[in-house]
Amino acid sequence: MIRSQVLICGGTGCTSSGSMSIQNEFEKALDKYNLTDEIKLVRTGCFGLCALGPVVIIYPDGTFYSRVSPDDVDEIVEEHLLKGRRVERLVYDDHGAVAPDEIGNIALSDTAFYKTQERVVLRNCGVIDPENIDEYIAMDGYAALGKVLTEMTPEQVIEEVSKSGLRGRGGGGFPTGRKWSLCAPNKAPQKYVVCNADEGDPGAFMDRSVLEGDPHAIIEAMAICGYACGATKGYVYVRAEYPIAVKRLSIAIAQAREYGLLGKNIFDSGFDFDLTIRLGAGAFVCGEETALMTSIEGNRGEPRPRPPFPAVKGLYGSPTVENNVETFANIPQIILKGADWFASMGTERSKGTKVFALGGKINHTGLVEIPMGTPLKHIIYDIGGGIPNGKKFKAVQTGGPSGGCIPASLIDTEVDYDNLTSIGCMMGSGGMIVMDEDNCMVDMAKFFLDFTVDESCGKCTPCRVGTKRMLEILDKITSGKGTLEDIDRLEELAQYIKTNSLCGLGQTAPNPVLATLRFFRDEYIAHVVDKKCPAGVCKDLLTFTIDKDKCIGCGMCARNCPVNTIVKTDYVAPGHKLPSYHINADKCIKCGACMANCKFKAISKQ
Amino acid sequence: MKTLAELQAIKNRMKDKVVLRDGLEGIRVVVGMATCGIAAGARPVLNALVQGVNEENLEGKVSVTQTGCIGICQFEPVVEVFEPGKEKTTYVKMTPEKAKRVIDEHLKGGKVVAEYTIGAAQA
Repeated sequence: MIRSQVLICGGTGCTSSGSMSIQNEFEKALDKYNLTDEIKLVRTGCFGLCALGPVVIIYPDGTFYSRVSPDDVDEIVEEHLLKGRRVERLVYDDHGAVAPDEIGNIALSDTAFYKTQERVVLRNCGVIDPENIDEYIAMDGYAALGKVLTEMTPEQVIEEVSKSGLRGRGGGGFPTGRKWSLCAPNKAPQKYVVCNADEGDPGAFMDRSVLEGDPHAIIEAMAICGYACGATKGYVYVRAEYPIAVKRLSIAIAQAREYGLLGKNIFDSGFDFDLTIRLGAGAFVCGEETALMTSIEGNRGEPRPRPPFPAVKGLYGSPTVENNVETFANIPQIILKGADWFASMGTERSKGTKVFALGGKINHTGLVEIPMGTPLKHIIYDIGGGIPNGKKFKAVQTGGPSGGCIPASLIDTEVDYDNLTSIGCMMGSGGMIVMDEDNCMVDMAKFFLDFTVDESCGKCTPCRVGTKRMLEILDKITSGKGTLEDIDRLEELAQYIKTNSLCGLGQTAPNPVLATLRFFRDEYIAHVVDKKCPAGVCKDLLTFTIDKDKCIGCGMCARNCPVNTIVKTDYVAPGHKLPSYHINADKCIKCGACMANCKFKAISKQ
Repeated sequence: MKTLAELQAIKNRMKDKVVLRDGLEGIRVVVGMATCGIAAGARPVLNALVQGVNEENLEGKVSVTQTGCIGICQFEPVVEVFEPGKEKTTYVKMTPEKAKRVIDEHLKGGKVVAEYTIGAAQA
């Protein structure tokens, strides 16, 4: 008889911090203490608090252990599972944000990180074993598919999805119900449903976590979409860089076939549907819907002009509906709980919730799901736990290389599709990279442009040549050789690329530059006119100097200098016994090793 | 699988297995499982409670957990029952057989088994 369950996070974040070996240790320890019949180990998907991984939760008491190492496991088993005493040093500390309950636990759902989250897409992530279809069914899994096939007509399904107000979560925000209704009436011998799991934005991992934590939700939603639109075949296009997601999805598809939830005549309704996984080879452009379909067909991933839109002429020239992972993950819940329930969350024109991957300079790196319209401030400070090391919040970058940034002055912005667009930003797929005073905005724009230059497929000239030229101008600016005309030229070029590129990648590639020019023009000007990088990031504009009166002459800096460019001088500061040191600027590579090693804060950079 | 009834059957069968993860609500039964408790035989009591709760389909309403030393070692094995809005009940010198009666009369019936409580033992 199982009296307690140990949930171990098996998401990519926790797996890379060693949750696999923790599971092995648990198996060994349970065996050693003869508890295998009483305690069940469950490997789940992502809990969301990746910064504190590997995460282990023990039920029924709900004790939340963070940063568990394999060496801790024996103690947890002996103390907690055998004797019932929590291992206090490993229990998650909320820093007083909520009061622990009478056993001294902070319930996961009460932590500042989870409390105001609304988990629809992530409802099963970190709760069920994603490799066990029965656990998904226990959480109402496949009930929506059953309802659709036995009680609803395809038109009613589309009507329900339209009424919910769900919009595409991949970045564009196109109404999902409308997308389906454009495809449904088109007659063709074969129609397709495609799931876009080619999540390519740097710093984004929402779709990966859903596939890893709740793969059956995607299968169920795609089958529902197939029924609504008259498609009997589906493809999931997922990056080969997501091996855990691919493995769990493959297992899930096999289990669904075995149960007859995929295949012929599902629920005896006469409806057939089956799925195939296609692995992407890592090209960013393949996340663009037409390039993705070209890639599924076995060709080089290049976008094609629209119209014709995929709803008319998509995969293999047939009508196709393509949605993002997160969009699909909402579908079963909308069917089960109704469009009105879904539409009750969010704002006027952005319904439901959105998953964000929080990263960068923030305490709680991880995955959060919040209702649309949540103020940015709440996301950064309450859920995200604020900026580490007492630094000042500067901006948040949203939407990856296609997005823009929201500066600290707009921190009260309520995050939804239209608000972000109105400030020249973009919801994007949901990556949120937080930046503090130590980040240089010009350097950040350069990073994303460098990415798009690499990832441009080369089919159209504005994107292929234009982004390269923009990068060259940014290089010039960050190395102190820029002029004010360069800034104007950069802006002009950005507008041109935006209006003339073939696909979304090129049309949005200048966004990081335009957004930073809009909100942080002074930083560009500082680089060009004063030849200074205010954040102290751009190396060519930095000089390291030793304050000769603060230097006590210990020589730590000289010993740690990799290019031996720090030399002893003849000057002995008043009150000191040894002569001070001096940095020879022309040989300095600006690595910062001297500054990091100076205990007397005598070295500064400007 | 061809019918919704089959789907429902799997759901019912599995619901017990995932219900533990809903967290603590309703009645909480806590077994003292420190060295003193284990030495006095708390483990069979704990297992009997878990099994009984399962057999009686009480999983959604009752959760069985353990705790460390409650501090009354001479009365071990000790089982405490916390009900929302009520005084806690402390059962002492428990056995698997006594546990069965506690499930039937207290957890199911709502009536405290007075003769097993600490009050009765000290009287």
